[in-house]
Amino acid sequence: MYGKKVKLRFLFLSLILAVLILTIFLVLKSLEDNVVYFISPTDIKELGEIDYDKKYRVGGMVKKNSVSMSSNQINFIITDLKSEISVKFSGVIPNLFSEEKGVVAEGFLKDRNFLNASKILAKHDENYMPPEVKEALKD
Amino acid sequence: MFDYFNPYRIFKINSTLQKIVFFCFIIVLSIGLVEALFLSPEDYLQKDSVRIMYVHVPAAWISLGIFSTIALLSFSVFVFKNKNLILISKSLAPSGILFTLIALVTGSIWGKPTWGTWWAWDARITSMLILFFFYTLYLLSFRIFEDQDRSNKISSIIAIFGAINIPIIKFSVDWWNTLHQPASISLTEKSAIHSSMLVPLVIMTAAFALFSVLIFLMKYNTELIKIKNKGLKRL
Repeated sequence: MYGKKVKLRFLFLSLILAVLILTIFLVLKSLEDNVVYFISPTDIKELGEIDYDKKYRVGGMVKKNSVSMSSNQINFIITDLKSEISVKFSGVIPNLFSEEKGVVAEGFLKDRNFLNASKILAKHDENYMPPEVKEALKD
Repeated sequence: MFDYFNPYRIFKINSTLQKIVFFCFIIVLSIGLVEALFLSPEDYLQKDSVRIMYVHVPAAWISLGIFSTIALLSFSVFVFKNKNLILISKSLAPSGILFTLIALVTGSIWGKPTWGTWWAWDARITSMLILFFFYTLYLLSFRIFEDQDRSNKISSIIAIFGAINIPIIKFSVDWWNTLHQPASISLTEKSAIHSSMLVPLVIMTAAFALFSVLIFLMKYNTELIKIKNKGLKRL
């Protein structure tokens, strides 16, 4: 239907695009450590060597019944259902922070089981529903 | 038959079409805003800030859709050597960059009360910012290069390069840990957004799409006027 030249240009351009996509994909793959926004408690456990002067961002779920608050400090446990890490934080916590919800804590590691957080972010999941529906789901 | 492709005829049809699209846009937007701001329920967790989603998500969808279209057209420009395709993609770009900006700003406003931060350098947000830069480069390329053949070529190359960013934006939330939540709506699975909240989302998407069409038609007519001023009888 189309001329030979049109077909040839189409093939050539497709080829260039395919090579480009492959390149970008490989670059991103090798940069994976920098692309992820946070790592899980399991990742911390499997970390080869801990850099105590580097800030880590640990993400997961706030463990049920693990939050304890004192006057200016909050302690809780982040879990990814495989491993856990304790977090200490003093400062403003976001509104959506609560037990069994997603959280990202940023700060310095004391050891593999303890994070001294300087910033807490609440993670929102992909579920949106009115309060009545949430109530109905509970029952 | 070829009379239909006459620029003057297109200009006339386009002008009438603009009025119709504008009329539809106002109606759909009014319904959408009433649904989004008053009739739809608040979220069990985010309360009223869920209403930001009715602007944020449609804006992000449309901005991605427009860039994909531009990229596809730019690819075809090299294959078919059709100048009209450049005119179409050039006219699509302004509403695309506007919606990218709206998505970024509303996301930031939503992020503060929900996450506790205005901005995070996670993969989704960063790749969306890169999309904004690609739109900027694309639009600038038409202004910077005096020679039209040259600017056409360079802008199309920018669009094709930028196309690689599109799947990265879409799948960033699945490939890597991000602060941004994964997609709530997919073609194959049940929506994670309750149906009462889907209504305003769909209407607002339709309103934004109509707005893009309106801006496209206006911009396309401007391009036709430019061609007329140069004294060319065809595209």
